[in-house]
Amino acid sequence: MAFENKIDVEHPVHDIRSEAFKNFEEKGFPTKKEEAWKYTSLKALQKIDFSIFPKEVDALENKQVKKYFLQEIDTYKIVFVDGIYSSFLSETTHDGVDICLMSAALTKPMYKQYIDVYFNKVASKDDSLTTLNTAFSREGAFIYIPKNKMPKKPVEIVHFSTGNEASLMLQPRNLIVAEENAELQVIERHQSLTSHEVLTNVVTEIFAAESAIVDYYKIQNDEKTASLIDNTYINQKSKSVVKVHTFSFGGKLIRNNLNFYQNGEYIDSTMKGVTILGDKQHVDHHTLVHHIEPNCESHQDYKGIYGENSTGVFNGKIIVEKIAQKTNAFQQNNNILISDKATINTKPQLEIFADDVKCSHGCTIGQLDEDALFYLQSRGIPKKEARALLMYAFANNVLESVRISELKTSINRLIAEKLGVRLGFDL
Amino acid sequence: MAYTEEELKKELENKEYEYGFYTDIESDTFPVGLNEEIVIAISKKKEEPAWMTEWRLEAFKAWKQMEEPDWANITYKKPDFQAISYYSAPNSKPKYDSLDEVDPELLDTFKKLGISLDEQKKLAGVAVDIVMDSVSVATTFKKTLAEKGIIFCSISEAIKEHPELVRKYIGTVVPQKDNFYAALNSAVFSDGSFCYIPKGVRCPMELSTYFRINQAGTGQFERTLVIADEGSYVSYLEGCTAPSRDENQLHAAVVELIALDDAEIKYSTVQNWFPGDKEGKGGVFNFVTKRGICHKNSKISWTQVETGSAVTWKYPSCILKGDNSIGEFYSIAVTNNYQQADTGTKMVHIGKNTRSTIISKGISAGKSQNSYRGLVQVNSRAENARNFSQCDSLLMGNECGAHTFPYIEAKNKSAQIEHEATTSKIGEDQIFYCNQRGIDTEKAIALIVNGFSKEVLNKLPMEFAVEAQKLLEISLEGSVG
Repeated sequence: MAFENKIDVEHPVHDIRSEAFKNFEEKGFPTKKEEAWKYTSLKALQKIDFSIFPKEVDALENKQVKKYFLQEIDTYKIVFVDGIYSSFLSETTHDGVDICLMSAALTKPMYKQYIDVYFNKVASKDDSLTTLNTAFSREGAFIYIPKNKMPKKPVEIVHFSTGNEASLMLQPRNLIVAEENAELQVIERHQSLTSHEVLTNVVTEIFAAESAIVDYYKIQNDEKTASLIDNTYINQKSKSVVKVHTFSFGGKLIRNNLNFYQNGEYIDSTMKGVTILGDKQHVDHHTLVHHIEPNCESHQDYKGIYGENSTGVFNGKIIVEKIAQKTNAFQQNNNILISDKATINTKPQLEIFADDVKCSHGCTIGQLDEDALFYLQSRGIPKKEARALLMYAFANNVLESVRISELKTSINRLIAEKLGVRLGFDL
Repeated sequence: MAYTEEELKKELENKEYEYGFYTDIESDTFPVGLNEEIVIAISKKKEEPAWMTEWRLEAFKAWKQMEEPDWANITYKKPDFQAISYYSAPNSKPKYDSLDEVDPELLDTFKKLGISLDEQKKLAGVAVDIVMDSVSVATTFKKTLAEKGIIFCSISEAIKEHPELVRKYIGTVVPQKDNFYAALNSAVFSDGSFCYIPKGVRCPMELSTYFRINQAGTGQFERTLVIADEGSYVSYLEGCTAPSRDENQLHAAVVELIALDDAEIKYSTVQNWFPGDKEGKGGVFNFVTKRGICHKNSKISWTQVETGSAVTWKYPSCILKGDNSIGEFYSIAVTNNYQQADTGTKMVHIGKNTRSTIISKGISAGKSQNSYRGLVQVNSRAENARNFSQCDSLLMGNECGAHTFPYIEAKNKSAQIEHEATTSKIGEDQIFYCNQRGIDTEKAIALIVNGFSKEVLNKLPMEFAVEAQKLLEISLEGSVG
């Protein structure tokens, strides 16, 4: 295989990679004929000749990219520029917890035990894009939090693309393990710094052991030439709590595949998202919650505001197995269309095989409340601001559950920017 | 004595199909298999004009190119289309004017089904066009209807006597090439009902048809065409029962409704075909295409009670083409033992100010699988479209499944769409609440199931509601209340 010159063939995960590559060769890119890709076409992206191995890159200046990090608080940082680790911008640690690189985890013998147990264990072995990533996996973030530990600060994983190449395809691979009773907060961001085409196909595997708590935030506010396919697989053990927040404001095409597997009892899985789109943007949220054991809960809440020619897709799937009695699964998807050319396709799906469950889904598509708008205007708030205020209120339910207050502020700023208003108060 | 869900389940399992009997009437049956000659022969047998024969052949040509769909959430052994006889008609060919002339055995069948062709029908205000193995053998109240200009007859009769109407409308809502089964039906449909309500006429009675599958190994390919001209109103009922049969029987019907400006069509179905025994052996395959088109200010309302069939694959739909048109869909689907149902609706909003309502209730028991699959589509020019959907599922026992696949596609910013779905079992607290007030568990379950489906039962016309309740009882309620 072409990439074998670039990576070590002797590698322990070599077999996994070649197996995955074989699978991808068989399946190829998904087409609109597949039910899961009915509303999202990758055709336009496939036409672009992406380079898979970026050339050496210029070092980025700290001040150039400072605004893409959380500024008010200190964080651990794992930073990549065009897929290559930038030690200059990063801040990793091995002090009690391991917050470092996938390449290190894959090559250093001391990590072999973790790679053997966790690598490619929850990620799909037949989803074509996931296997493509697996085949090319060599870099990304590796986080290992041992039993009863919690890192001192949140972790930021940031991928920059500089566009030294005309068009670039990145395939980062993250592995996050939180052992029993461990706690962790992660913020992931993909940022293009130029107007060249970028396609990122990222796979993240998260393992939450018993009673572990993982908060994962995805900030998707990229340039209009950047596309992202995000595949996240989460394996939860008993009593663990995993929350994934996805904020999609930018980018050309974003596809989020978020998969939760509940392998234990009393598990809480939460996925929330705010999507605000304009232009010709396309965002597709695909969620799957697989309730395998009894007494678990899942909560989904996705809010979307679609303007101009944008397209939004939501496909939420809840599967409740026969033995997963006493499951509580809730799913909510609310959408506002603010332009005649915007489209929303939503498909909240339930597949239930157990009888003693409470499962519900709600889905709405509507407009801003004219009366509320009038109320605000009659009190001297200009129309644009009044609209923004209502939209902000619409999304607030999701924002409220962000547990890093500095991150919340920064997302609020992004929303205000996206809506093109100054709301006169610090949101 | 406490009545538990366990016992309810046991009772349900042992409940054999009550209407399982078989009428022995000499049938005029075609050899099995399907080819162009058979299509032509069917057309010839029905004395159809050349354009109809061509239309059938066109459909047959399209069908040969098509593949059987497999996207539905059901598993079954695909029928062998070459092992089916595509035409069978009761032998007593001439039409009857009075009941005395009708084959007494046939009359007996109807009696068992609770259909009385006698005077009582008149009191009930129901005109029945009975389709027994594909050919219409008795039509009543035709004269009363004729006075108002209403045409209510079998489709083969309509092809002969009103070719201009049939030719204008047939295949306009469900084209020949629409899907695999619609194409098959277009090629080989044996009979069905035709109904035309002239301008401004309000049909004075509920029109109803009973379809039965009777002859062993014969498929039933019904074709129904209902046209409501400007400003008219019609309520159309369709009910089905079939005798027990070990072989799987295929039913692929096509129903087309056309509501012209300001017209209203209410189409109600009660379906109680043989669902197979409790091992899942036998039963009817029900693959039906039902669709209506609404012109300006018109309304189409589908109400269905689905209790039978081994496999159901059915999506009565509305194309809301005209401005201010309304589409409604009310459904109860009950599955038991090994039954599988994949049913729902499509609401396509094209015109301005169009509204649609979807209420779907699924009850699964035994080892059955019950799916709701629906589409709400708002096109970019459909200003102020409004949709409300509600899908509730009730699970009885832990071996059944309930699934929801709602597709919602909105392309207009003024669209308001709400979708809700819930899945639950009969709550212990609900039963406790009833017990506390002196209602025993048996009655409580009956009460809850009844309340669960009331919303839809209420939509049925009076005459039919009684029968629907009876059928629900057979599949579920009878054993609990």
